[in-house]
Amino acid sequence: MSDAIVVEGVHKRYGQKRALDGLDLTVRGGTVHGVLGPNGAGKTTVVRILSTLLRHDGGRAEVAGFDVRTEAAEVRRRIGLLGQHAAVDEELGGRQNLEMFGRLHHLGARRAGVRADELLERFGLADTGRKAVKRYSGGMRRRLDLAASLITEPEVLFLDEPTTGLDPRGRAEVWSAVRSLAAGGTTILLTTQYLEEADQLADRISVVDGGRVIAEGTADRLKAMVGGDRIDVVVRDAGRLADAARLLGEGATADADRRLLSAPAPDRMAALTRTVRALEEAGIEAEDIAVRRPTLDEVFLALTGPGDGVEAAMNTAVAV
Amino acid sequence: MSTATAGAGGIGWVLADSWTMTRRELAHWARQPVQVVVGLVFPVMLLLMFNYLVGGGRGVEGDNTEFLVPGMLALTMAFGLEGTMLAVTQDLGKGVVDRFRSMPMVSGAVLVGRSAADMLQSVAALAVMTGVGFALGWRWHNGPAAALAGLGLLLLLRFAMLWVGIHLAMVAGRPEMVQAVQILVWPVGFLSNVFASPESMPGWLGTVVEWNPMSATATAVRGLFGNPGGATGSWAAEHAELLAVLWPVALIAVFLPLAVRRFVRLSH
Repeated sequence: MSDAIVVEGVHKRYGQKRALDGLDLTVRGGTVHGVLGPNGAGKTTVVRILSTLLRHDGGRAEVAGFDVRTEAAEVRRRIGLLGQHAAVDEELGGRQNLEMFGRLHHLGARRAGVRADELLERFGLADTGRKAVKRYSGGMRRRLDLAASLITEPEVLFLDEPTTGLDPRGRAEVWSAVRSLAAGGTTILLTTQYLEEADQLADRISVVDGGRVIAEGTADRLKAMVGGDRIDVVVRDAGRLADAARLLGEGATADADRRLLSAPAPDRMAALTRTVRALEEAGIEAEDIAVRRPTLDEVFLALTGPGDGVEAAMNTAVAV
Repeated sequence: MSTATAGAGGIGWVLADSWTMTRRELAHWARQPVQVVVGLVFPVMLLLMFNYLVGGGRGVEGDNTEFLVPGMLALTMAFGLEGTMLAVTQDLGKGVVDRFRSMPMVSGAVLVGRSAADMLQSVAALAVMTGVGFALGWRWHNGPAAALAGLGLLLLLRFAMLWVGIHLAMVAGRPEMVQAVQILVWPVGFLSNVFASPESMPGWLGTVVEWNPMSATATAVRGLFGNPGGATGSWAAEHAELLAVLWPVALIAVFLPLAVRRFVRLSH
């Protein structure tokens, strides 16, 4: 399949602030692409530009083969948008909303009604169609919002932080909907602060910071970029944490609360044997030892460097 | 499915989308009847208050109620500005407008829906207000044609205030900012001949008051209804009907294109 989204050197300024600073992004048709970054990285700006809500200052941006600036009408026929805030009319019922959006997609009154019922059924909202949306739970509102984005079965779907503010159940619901859409061949651009979310859903990931893509690739490739595998050790006695850290050598990090040490282990099994032996000789008791691939949190920290990025990543780690 | 969205186009979609957006506003009313009733009762309350308690018509020959009712009708139309602004700022603050703007609909239809609903509300308000006016003893004396012309001028003023309101709402952006405008609406509303004749005011103030667009409408409507308080001998009063058309038309000519342009280009 050809490229569903092409973004080349896109710039966007808000006054003095550079929101996007030469951003590049290519998404192949039928894939799920994650845009990962802290608050203020430019994720929402990208989505707003690609969904024709915002005009960029420079560079090229195409969706489904159409220029978002000069062929906005063509783009709008082919996209669905799930923004950060519920983009449905909260005063109206779920069915009223979907029927209205169907009419505005020019399906005609009858087909708009049929489509509304289909979507309510598909997203498990059939019995709640008459209730005002403001009385919906967060998860229900998000599902209705997603349904509204799918009225015309869009070629490209934009999901801007689709699970922010949802409880775990709501998040699981959205994830399963995204997976089934992806299986159906919809191209999906997903922004998220949750590293786990990008890892779970996206075929490829662009890490964005300061309005630019600072790394791009599959989750595995990004993890490999940070420097391969790591070994984790949980020590029983917190007092011996420092001793154990010395044994693990250069590059070891410690998390005192969890009595957890982590160190690079490029030679995997050799590192494991070496560590077990060294701990035994030093008389340090370990509760758990494991060799693992790096997490995206670590990728994120390594790529975005100190400052806001770290803080955002720490928050994310807590949220996940 | 995208084939369904192709074809047709043009004026047909403008009408279809505008109707869909008008239906949306009507559906809001159906879900919040209390709010609709409150909106209609408030100007009636003002009318009763000024008729019985404050005793308007200062410096006017003739019946107080006959003077007050057409003025209150004009005031109600002008104050519709607040309702429009509030509705627009609340709507823009919601994500649903983003969805409208990312859809292949006629984007101006959102504003057409707003204006159609506000105009319907204003027709209802005029019906209720004139009904109450009749009960208070006010009459139109010059026959149905002149009465309709008067009502037409009132709705024209409302239509002008509608577009001023839509534009100001987008400039202000947030519902909190509407309060600032609301504070300004009152002195502008009272710097008019709704409650008192300009002849009873100091010369310079009387002139300012006579040139207020709302005063022009009030004076013209008083003339058309055959109610007292029309003639003060000044140029503005003598040409009130002309001004009652020119003022709103000028406001519409400026603010309608500004509002539409701003809405289409709206970016956060």
